Amino acid sequence: MSHQRLLATESTWPTHRGKAYLSERVIMHGRDLHHELGDWHWHRLWLYSILGRDPGEQVAAMLNFFWVATSYPDPSIWPNHVTALAASARATASTSLVAGIAVSEASIYGRRPEVKALDFFYRAGRWCDEGKELEAFVDAEKASGRILYGYGRPLAKTDERIAHTMDKAQELGLAHGRFVRMAFDVHRHLENRFGYSMNVAAVNAALSADMGLSCQEYQLFASLAFTAGMVPCYLDARDQAEGCFLPVRCDSVVYHGPDKREWGAE
Amino acid sequence: MTSEFVYHSHFWLEEPEPDNPFAACHCYCHGYDVYGQVITRAGWFEYLLLLFQGQRPSPEQCRLLETLAKVLANPGPRDASVRAAMNAGVSGTTPSSALIAALAAGSGQYGGGQEVTVWLQWWQALGADLPAWQARIANPEVEEIPDIWLPMEHCPGFDPNGDSTPTPVCQALDALATQAPAQGAVTWLSNEYQALEQATGYPLAMVGVASAALADLGLEPDQATMLYLILRLPGAAVHALEQKRLGWKLFPYYGPAIQLLNDPNTPDPAREGVSP
Repeated sequence: MSHQRLLATESTWPTHRGKAYLSERVIMHGRDLHHELGDWHWHRLWLYSILGRDPGEQVAAMLNFFWVATSYPDPSIWPNHVTALAASARATASTSLVAGIAVSEASIYGRRPEVKALDFFYRAGRWCDEGKELEAFVDAEKASGRILYGYGRPLAKTDERIAHTMDKAQELGLAHGRFVRMAFDVHRHLENRFGYSMNVAAVNAALSADMGLSCQEYQLFASLAFTAGMVPCYLDARDQAEGCFLPVRCDSVVYHGPDKREWGAE
Repeated sequence: MTSEFVYHSHFWLEEPEPDNPFAACHCYCHGYDVYGQVITRAGWFEYLLLLFQGQRPSPEQCRLLETLAKVLANPGPRDASVRAAMNAGVSGTTPSSALIAALAAGSGQYGGGQEVTVWLQWWQALGADLPAWQARIANPEVEEIPDIWLPMEHCPGFDPNGDSTPTPVCQALDALATQAPAQGAVTWLSNEYQALEQATGYPLAMVGVASAALADLGLEPDQATMLYLILRLPGAAVHALEQKRLGWKLFPYYGPAIQLLNDPNTPDPAREGVSP
């Protein structure tokens, strides 16, 4: 490797993805934005921008439901909390939302569990393709110390989103795919052995696996998933007196550190 | 009366003013009175290391960090993080958006914060064992489980788009080596980087030098990454401000560079290069 490959793209950026011919027309993935895509709902366009193809109405409606069903306008939810803090401190609207979106790429909720849950199902599928038992795969994952993303939930025992999601999947004819069945089989096994609950990350990932989304397509798709829930939190904090979003008194930071000491000459 | 909602801290204590439980009267960092003593008695880098590590650093550590802070203060206008900030600056957005842009574009695995994380993970695993580094470079461990991060595309700390070690990288390494511990990462890197460059096929990068210095300061990967992100922001800020002042007419517009290979229609060449 060398700087030769920099020379190749220094003044030209060849692409199949798209281009804006300003004052004339815009092409996204080979289609005219205003003439061919202008009647689309924005969410369908969002999927098209990621996939480079129209995933079809059923899939788009299911993925749309993922977003709707996870738009919780509650500032106790951590990304929303960040947005509310920014609003309370009178950051701009976009900056407040960006902060919430950025922290949605978390390890204990949001993007990382989603990506890893999707990959779990793909690997489980390959394992089963070899004629091996699903339960053995789950046990091997557990024994290797890996977190089984999508099973268990930090602050709640049950996940109310699962029933709603499966109702929608049923309505759209997507409830009986291979990976959805696998998600519930895994849950039965983990519940019996370890008392684990299942959260919607497992169901969403399994549905996404049945749709054939790659892990990064799924990550990109989900990146704005919490945004509609953040906006009411922004508005609420904005409408209250500045700095008054769940303020913290000094004594509410419990100290466990070293005793007081002098900063003397050393 | 304390709220039922409490946070916990192992390094920061605030005592309230008598008339307002929400206003701090005294703040202590790892036991030291911040506003009563630290701000008048400690240096900036001494305080920074105290914050991150919980102990008063040695003068040698402070000098090493100060030198590193100078090394990193301005990555220059061609760096992705600074360019991102300049895009913000020239468009007249908020100062915070310029720094958010710099943090985002400077957070990644090519010259960014995540490369520091990966370098320190390698250092923790391999230490100053040159053959082990050469073996890892020859056969990098590929994480089999997808993550929010994409797989690394090059050896951390080195620049796959480079040819020879850039002069500032050598100068920074030399400067840091005079202040780094004799048995530490900077000294090791200074002695071995050419052998490592032979193994990778491409040269040492500034992010590798910085990572070694951060390791010598005793920082964990996450700590090192945070500090690296912080220390690179001054240049992003100043370049953003400069572009705001210079204005968008002097800022490059890359429209003509974008070449659509599957244009369903024949583009109108007369429209090419039209500014927004």
